[in-house]
This record gives sequence, C-alpha cells and structure tokens, in this order.
Amino acid sequence: MATPLSLRIVEAEARIYRRTWRGSVVSTFLNPILYMLAMGVGLGSLVDANMPGGVDGVPYLTFIAPGILVASAMQTGAGEGAWKVMGGIEWQKSWQARVASPISVEGLLLGHIYWATARVFFVSVVFAVIIAAFRVAPLLESLLAVGPAVLVGAAMLSATTAYTVRLKSPAGLPMFFRFVVIPMFLFSGAFFPVTQLPGWLQPLAVVTPMFHGVELARAIVVDQSPAIAWWVSVLYLSAWIVGFSIMSVGPMRRKLNP
Amino acid sequence: MDSLIQATGLTKRFGDLVAVDGIDFSVPPGETFGFLGPNGAGKTSTMRMIGSTSPISDGDLTVLGLDPRTEGPRLRSRLGVVPQENNLDEELSLYDNLMMYGRYFDMSRSEIRDKIDELLEFVQLTEKRDVKISALSGGMKRRVVIARGLINTPDLFILDEPTTGLDPQARHILWDRLYRLKQQGVTLIITTHYMDEAEQLCDRLVIMDNGSIVAEGSPRSLIDEHSPGEVVELRFPVGVLETLNSQIEDLAERTEILADRALVYTDDSERTIAIVNDNGLEPEMVLARRSTLEDVFLRLTGRTLVE
Repeated sequence: MATPLSLRIVEAEARIYRRTWRGSVVSTFLNPILYMLAMGVGLGSLVDANMPGGVDGVPYLTFIAPGILVASAMQTGAGEGAWKVMGGIEWQKSWQARVASPISVEGLLLGHIYWATARVFFVSVVFAVIIAAFRVAPLLESLLAVGPAVLVGAAMLSATTAYTVRLKSPAGLPMFFRFVVIPMFLFSGAFFPVTQLPGWLQPLAVVTPMFHGVELARAIVVDQSPAIAWWVSVLYLSAWIVGFSIMSVGPMRRKLNP
Repeated sequence: MDSLIQATGLTKRFGDLVAVDGIDFSVPPGETFGFLGPNGAGKTSTMRMIGSTSPISDGDLTVLGLDPRTEGPRLRSRLGVVPQENNLDEELSLYDNLMMYGRYFDMSRSEIRDKIDELLEFVQLTEKRDVKISALSGGMKRRVVIARGLINTPDLFILDEPTTGLDPQARHILWDRLYRLKQQGVTLIITTHYMDEAEQLCDRLVIMDNGSIVAEGSPRSLIDEHSPGEVVELRFPVGVLETLNSQIEDLAERTEILADRALVYTDDSERTIAIVNDNGLEPEMVLARRSTLEDVFLRLTGRTLVE
C-alpha cells in the first residue's frame, strides 16, 4: 500500500518542480562549470606547476573533478533533507495535508526520499557531462561516477532528514550546514587527499559518507583501485541510507500524527 | 450501527496533559454536528482522532464503520478534511493544488479534472483556476482548502475552525457554501469558537471545556435549557461598575459581572430595564438581546468563550 502511494508523492514533487525549477537551474548547470574553471583550471595550474608528478599521480583537474561531483551531490542531498522537510512540516505544512489523505507517514517519507534521490541523480548527471566536456574522462566513465555520487547524496539526504525531523526550531539548520555540511565538503578528500590532514582528523574524514563516494568516483575516473574495498564503501553508504531513513520515521510520526 | 461516528470514552493524552477526557458522542448521517469551545478545549485533538491523523490514547472510536487505529488509509480515503491552517502549496495554482491532492486518492487525471471544474464553480473561484495560491486573499484560500477537501467526494466532511481569522463578508460566503453542502445531505463536523457560527450551521452540537463535554443538544435547546430567553447588557463608566455589584445582583435571579459590562438574564427585558431606571442606576448604554450560546457557555463554565 505504501509504495504505490509514495509514487504519488514523487508525482506531486515533480509537479511542484515543474513550476519552480527556474530557481535551481543556475546552480545545477553553472556551478559545476564555475568549480571546474576556478578550482580545476585556475588553482590547478598553480598546483600542477609545483607538483610535477601530479596529485596522486594525476593532474589537479583530474584529481578534483570526481571529488566535486560527489561533493555537490552531497550538498544537494543535504539541502533536500533540510529545507524541503522543514518547509513541508513547519512552514507550508503541506506534509500535514498529505497525511490527511490515504498516504501514510511511511509512504510520505519514502516518496520524499525517492524524489530527492532523483534530484541528486539529475544534478550529478549534468555534472558528469560537464566533466566529460572538460576532457577529464570519457563520458562513459564520468557517467559511471554518478553511481557513488547518488549513493552519497541519498546518504546525506537520509541523515539530514533524520536530523531535521528532530528539530524544534529551524535555527538548527544553519548550524548544521556551518558545522557539518561545509566542513565535510572541504575536508573529505575532494580538494586534497585526506592523508594531508592532521593524523587525529583523518579518522573523522574517513567516517563521512562523502569520503567513501569520492574514493569510489575517483577510482572510476582515474582508473585506480580505491583505498578501501569498493564493496565496503557501498555497504557503508547503503547502511547510512537505510539506517537514517528508519530513524526518521518515529519523530516524523510524532510531528505529523501527534 | 446507524451513526457515522460513534465515540465512547474517547481520550487523548499528551504526556501528563489530558487534552480529551473520555468523551461520548455520536453523529447520524446527514447531520451537521459542532464542537464549540475555547482554544485548548480539546476540539482539534478530537477532530484529528476522527480524521485518523492522531492516535487514540484510550476509549473507542468508529468512523464510517471503520477503526481509525487499524484502517487509517481506508478511512482517510473517504474523508474530507479542512484543517485549521491553509496548508496549500503557495507556489502552485489552484488547479495544480487540487490535481495534486486528488492524485493522493489514486483518482485518474481526467476524473480529477472534471471534479476541479465542478468544485471551483462551487466555491466561486472558476476564474482563478490558474492563479497562484500566494496571490489569493485569506477568504479565497479558505475556499480552495474547502474545494480540496471535497475532491474525493467524501462521505464525511470535517472542518476545523473554518472561518477563524476571516472578515465578516468572507465568513458569510463560507457559511453559504457550507449550508449548500448541508442541503445536499453531506455530513459535516465543524469546530468553532464562534457562537453565531454554531447557531447558523449546526443541527446539534456539544460544548467542550477542558477536554470534557459540558452540554449537548441543538443550539435552540441548549439556549432554552441553560439560559433564560433574554439578556440585558449594562455598561457603566470606568470604575462605576465595581461599586454597583450588589445592586446589580438584586436585579434578577442570575446576573454576571464581566470586566467591561454586566449581564442580567431575564424573561422580560422591558421590565428589567424599568427596574434599572427605578433603582436609579444610570448605565451609559443598555442593550436588550436574545440569549445566545455564548450565554450558555458562560453559564456552564463561568468564563467567556473568546478571551
């Protein structure tokens, strides 16, 4: 019962997106190009001049392209889990209207996760095409790197949703971005190898979902084997998705079915 | 069982707080049934339990012959709900909002399209079909929520404070629409803290206070039972009222001294006003009126409804 009606939520979100996509189109298409130009080409020329062997054996642009792909998927997932959930439950309260229909809280949660994951997928595919256009990797390889990016996006989406449904006020969201999302974005191996971090920080980077996704995506694009066996990372990210989704149900039910 | 709703000992607790304290009521098909009471009386909690969006703490509840605990989705597919807040998608048009909501009930698009035309005509918003919700007035949004609640042709229509916060004109338009639904035989459940709304719309109502039902009946029978036919309101200049307490209490068997005025319950307001003048009381203003549910509520709880 829950599954077919959760697809109605996906349909509803698609209807909303059809009317509001203009707000996100710039970030979807322009941000990847800006990142590739500024970090990859601009900063990259400095890095490459000082490191004749390249970073981990490849030019800097090649090094960071899969990293930023995954980092932007991570941010998209966090954004959907934060603003979408807060808007639905606290601001517009449209989620209250949804659970007054035959849709259950579980169906609504599943629909939310399906839709937001589709959003992450779309953003990542665009990014992958741009990576190929910069001739970092063949199109097929950069499209394959979308897989780990989507896993990371969905993992952060689930974790952020589980966090947001527990918040008593929206003030907790800017804090979350300041102290969790942005540090993760910067220090999980997208822009420099985590081995450059102080020793005590390295374990912290390794437990982030983004680290695992960056390792996998980079392995695909650069054609090397990741530091951690690929199936361990895939299992780890899947555990985040399932675990945090389940942890979202209880508080979500307390908010929507008080 | 002939009732659409049957509640026995219905209870809602939030931790130590008892929001609904073991209430009994039943609603037959076709009736417009009201819950009247101040904020915090337990009206909304009761509505949520009926609508199967809030678990029952204790007691028994059957709605449309279904158990909200175990048959929630089936029950909700046959209900229409107008919540206290207009939780519409502000960025979308009326049409999109209604189409989206109809799809939650697994209706086909063409079926919903026909229903939207019909409903927009009913709530008199046909020409606003493609306008964004954010561009509508409060009264119009309320009518969209009513149309949304009717999208699945519900067997039972639940409205939580349908006109709170609306200006008098918008309230009357809404009342008129609800009255038409009633004429069509739709069973309506309404909560309100407006006495006039309950008197206008409800066939039968319960008065709630602190989670309990303190009275039940038709608006007229409640007034007849709990309040004499007429009320004389007396207003005095600031500071004077306090000095007249005993004199006012002598005017009739039942009087009520409020912050700004005194109420005198009577069967014959002309005689009461004559006595007021004979006793040398000099009120700034005298108003004789028929007693209302507000007087019933005051009688039963010692407080006014809207404070």
